[in-house]
Amino acid sequence: MLEIKNLHAKVGDKEILKGITLTIRDGEIHALMGTNGAGKSTLSNVIVGNPAYEVTEGSITFNGQDLLAMSTEERAHAGIFMSFQAPIEIPGVSMTNFMRAAVNARREALGKEPLKSTDFLKIMREKRKLVEMDQKLMNRSVNEGFSGGERKRNEIFQMAMLEPTFCILDETDSGLDVDALRIVAEGFNKLRTAETSAIVITHYQRLLDYIRPDFVHVLIGGRIVKTGTAELAQQIENQGFDWIKEEQA
Amino acid sequence: MKSERQYIELYQEAGDLIKSKSCAVMNAVRDEAFATFERQGFPTKKEERYKYTDVDAAFSPNYGISLTPLTIKPSLYIYNVKDAPLDITPYYNRVANTKDSITALNTALVHDALLIHVPANTLVDDPIVVDNWLRGTAPTMTNRRILLLIEKGASATVIINDHAADKQRFLLTQVVEVYVQDNAHLDLYEIEETPPLCSRFSNIYIQQGRDSSVKHNAITLFNGQTRNLCDVYLKGEGAEVTLNGCAIGSASQRIDNNTLIHHQVPRCQSNQLYKYVVDDHAVGAFAGKILVDKGAQKTTSQETNANLCASSDARMYTQPMLEIYADDVKCAHGSTVGVMDEAALFYMRQRGIPEVEARTLLKNAFMGQVIDQIKFEPLRQRLYVKVEKRFRGELDKCEDCRLCK
Repeated sequence: MLEIKNLHAKVGDKEILKGITLTIRDGEIHALMGTNGAGKSTLSNVIVGNPAYEVTEGSITFNGQDLLAMSTEERAHAGIFMSFQAPIEIPGVSMTNFMRAAVNARREALGKEPLKSTDFLKIMREKRKLVEMDQKLMNRSVNEGFSGGERKRNEIFQMAMLEPTFCILDETDSGLDVDALRIVAEGFNKLRTAETSAIVITHYQRLLDYIRPDFVHVLIGGRIVKTGTAELAQQIENQGFDWIKEEQA
Repeated sequence: MKSERQYIELYQEAGDLIKSKSCAVMNAVRDEAFATFERQGFPTKKEERYKYTDVDAAFSPNYGISLTPLTIKPSLYIYNVKDAPLDITPYYNRVANTKDSITALNTALVHDALLIHVPANTLVDDPIVVDNWLRGTAPTMTNRRILLLIEKGASATVIINDHAADKQRFLLTQVVEVYVQDNAHLDLYEIEETPPLCSRFSNIYIQQGRDSSVKHNAITLFNGQTRNLCDVYLKGEGAEVTLNGCAIGSASQRIDNNTLIHHQVPRCQSNQLYKYVVDDHAVGAFAGKILVDKGAQKTTSQETNANLCASSDARMYTQPMLEIYADDVKCAHGSTVGVMDEAALFYMRQRGIPEVEARTLLKNAFMGQVIDQIKFEPLRQRLYVKVEKRFRGELDKCEDCRLCK
């Protein structure tokens, strides 16, 4: 599904990614762990096409397409979704209008008719229940006055609406209490199909108890320095990263 | 330079003709107004209230003057001043600042005037709508004069629409004098949708009595060059005024709003919210002064001007001013000039919303705050649609106009 080869990227003049190579097949969940500033969020932003990041070397293909040649919105239409670490407020744009624009833009790109208003609202209602989101939030502006937990739920709600095939969960667990974490993780699991792949970025084992990774990668200094199975995450939870750094030295 | 010359000559040649087409009240102040204009000429950019608009350049093309009589469908409350149901001498050219050169020129050249008169304690439910159509087969100058008299305890909504019906170069001067007497209420909307070859100079003067309230909205949806001056004189205690503005500029349009709210007595309240979105090479300017006299204690005033520069070539000038001579007042002002929120754009694009659409949604959201405050609901709904169309580039012709279709 996603193939990253020797990826180098920078923000401003600062090189953050220094040669990432990673293959994600259909249906696989890859956890990405690592110290602060290791490049986890940079990698996510490069995949989804944040214009603030510049790729200097390497390639990414998504289902055989050259991802780096596609615009941010084209990548979204192709089925890539990122749950933001810090979802922003958009005052004056209601959740409903925002979601309608997003859903219909993707449908148009896929050659489908825009959804009828009644159908759209019906789907909104169904998906909202999945992450136990209050209807009142739908009438507000995007994320305006949402609590930290509500914002994260809202990300998963949007995922449910857009039905992506490849998801990035960028620290979706941060700032969530135990119950909210369960709701969000279970919401994600319900949305998964055999074809859905994901990168899950987290600092903690707890999320991975819900979303079981097939692989765990450790990112340090802009490179993947270690790859293992779910047990590696448990080991990091217990011992931190120092032992991996020592292995590298 | 010195484009006033042709207007001076025009008056010397056609003054008598204009007088013959006009009426006694208007002719009574005409020569004096002309003398003021002749003495002062057009204001230059050195004058504080005209520093953002090149008046001389706007008036320099050779225009023919329109002396077409006003056509008014017989309707309640609306009159040609020639048929005024009361003596308008105490109102005509009184609250207007006669020292302003544009006002003086208008007073000298205008031959016909519209009167909206709502008698005491009359509550007019339906809005009074004035549709102005600029027409002409050659470059045309139009001088328009409107007098609004809302008597004690009366209430009305007035909507003034501006369009052009011909693809022509137009120059408009307008003076609107508004009297809102004690306990009276007026909602006044001015909506401009004129083509790029129009130059507009509009001066509106509002005088308010005790416990009166006025909501004024200056909406520039589409234009060429616009200069709106709005002066409010709060002369009765407890008066309240809201001056809002919504200005959308693109291509090389220019929109200059200049306001004064003069608190002359205690316990009055003023609110102001002007928002601009300027795109392409458009230039916007807002200068708003709140003047609080020494005796005007317990004044509360809030002035806000927020602007969005949607392109790097667009320009916005903003100048909020407070001048306070009383010591027990609550006044605040603020202005911001921002660019598109890149983080919001990226968030929307990640969800698949194309960049152009995302920008439209953000501009629309920004302007929504002013439209939200429009009280007359059908107009509010209509403006939501119009503003969105404007941002989508679908409002380059007037939608109601037979000629544009």
